Amino acid sequence: MAKIHKSPWLLHYDGSSCNGCDIEVLATLTPVYDAERFGVENTGDPMQADILLITGGINSQNQPVVKQLYDQMPRPKVVVAVGVCACTGGIFKECYNILGGADTTIPVDIYVPGCAARPEAIIDGIVKAVALFEERSEEHDALRHEKKHGQLTPEEYIRKAEENSRASEEAAETKAIDVDKNQIHGNITGELTGHTMNKLRHIGKGKR
Amino acid sequence: MIQTDSILTKVIFVAAYILLAPLIGGLLAGIDRKISARMQRRIGPPILQPFYDVHKLWHKQVIAVEKAQSWFLMTYLILMIFTGAMMFSGTDILMCFFVLSTAAAFLFFAAMVTNSPYGYIGAQRELLQIMAYEPSILMTCVGFYLVAHSFEVSKIVAGPVSRILYLPGFFAAFVFSLTIKLRKSPFDTSASRHPHQELVKGLTTEMGARNLAIFEIAEWYETVFLCGVVAMFILNTSWVSIPVAILVILAVFFLEILIDNTNARVKWQSMLLISWVVTLVGGGVNLLILMLVR
Repeated sequence: MAKIHKSPWLLHYDGSSCNGCDIEVLATLTPVYDAERFGVENTGDPMQADILLITGGINSQNQPVVKQLYDQMPRPKVVVAVGVCACTGGIFKECYNILGGADTTIPVDIYVPGCAARPEAIIDGIVKAVALFEERSEEHDALRHEKKHGQLTPEEYIRKAEENSRASEEAAETKAIDVDKNQIHGNITGELTGHTMNKLRHIGKGKR
Repeated sequence: MIQTDSILTKVIFVAAYILLAPLIGGLLAGIDRKISARMQRRIGPPILQPFYDVHKLWHKQVIAVEKAQSWFLMTYLILMIFTGAMMFSGTDILMCFFVLSTAAAFLFFAAMVTNSPYGYIGAQRELLQIMAYEPSILMTCVGFYLVAHSFEVSKIVAGPVSRILYLPGFFAAFVFSLTIKLRKSPFDTSASRHPHQELVKGLTTEMGARNLAIFEIAEWYETVFLCGVVAMFILNTSWVSIPVAILVILAVFFLEILIDNTNARVKWQSMLLISWVVTLVGGGVNLLILMLVR
């Protein structure tokens, strides 16, 4: 069978974020965490990527961009939302420009919460994404085989392929990573707790 | 000792090249990534990673930006195989390099045909790279002719002593141009190879799925061909030269990895200037000495 799961190429795109998660994504490629030992390569080209790593929230300016990046990626593909901003809008959810997380625009398969998401959690998310990618590529191969032997019309083929790319609601929840209990900034729904709001008020007034 | 005069030997060598070169080239690429990772104190991907990559790419959905690109890349691959087959069958080395240049032209077309701005700049930089290394490889052919009195590979490798003893300057200039041919920093301006992302992916921006797999395999064929040219400097009539040639190839390959990891990319103006100066000095001085000695 195809060893596709041994070669997952990432595309990392940042929506509207503080760039903390981006730096953590880059950190996973440094010697300390070394995601490359899994064969992961951070390619900047959607045409060559298998896994779309989204950080940051979606606003009306980057929504068509994210949609286009997703459409430009060849099947089979997996989407990983890294950081609370990409999951739900995070700390910026109440802002007037933020529409929400990445799932307002594209189907997300894996959610990695955290603010910023830790490199270990990101690698965990990537490993789960690779396992899902292997499943999708086997479905993709089976579909191609059926099409080649004339069992599917072109419209059916496209419809089934698109269905396979979308995650079902139940599947998305079961694949979410457990929240790291040490993260205090915001919970998974993006609402700020009273404790955090007090801290922010103090910072706003110049106190620590 | 290596008699490539009989047809059977030629056929064996050519068949061995066509079948084994992608395997050897892919292994060399994997070893390259592993050693680079170790130099950076990382673990690095498995050595067979390039094969996994190509296998995956072959099975991805094909999004054809421009269908002609597939034909150009297939031609590039075929011409690259042709180049290596010609060399390993013992014919004219100058003709081999001319076919190589034709193959490079088809790679340029493949990148230009998609009208992508990144591919466009990558393709132009590819032409500049060709301009940078062509003088060096042509000088190499001139050097071979001066010592072997023939362009034929079969006569060049059948000398009484290794050619490198007469051609040290040419060897240095050729190894310098290998940095450009193998797409290593500081001269990897055209294709932003892993993991750099200047110009998205430069030359290979609009190549996905099968096209990229064909490009990778052609690069492997080219790597083996270039290792063969390095071996031409070392091989002579004695059988001892064969393991020595293999050792020299591995040493040169390691040197290229070292240069890749210790240098940042330079602008194309610097690339042209530096490579031409090295070619003129290394090749030119060697040429003068050879002309005087003969």
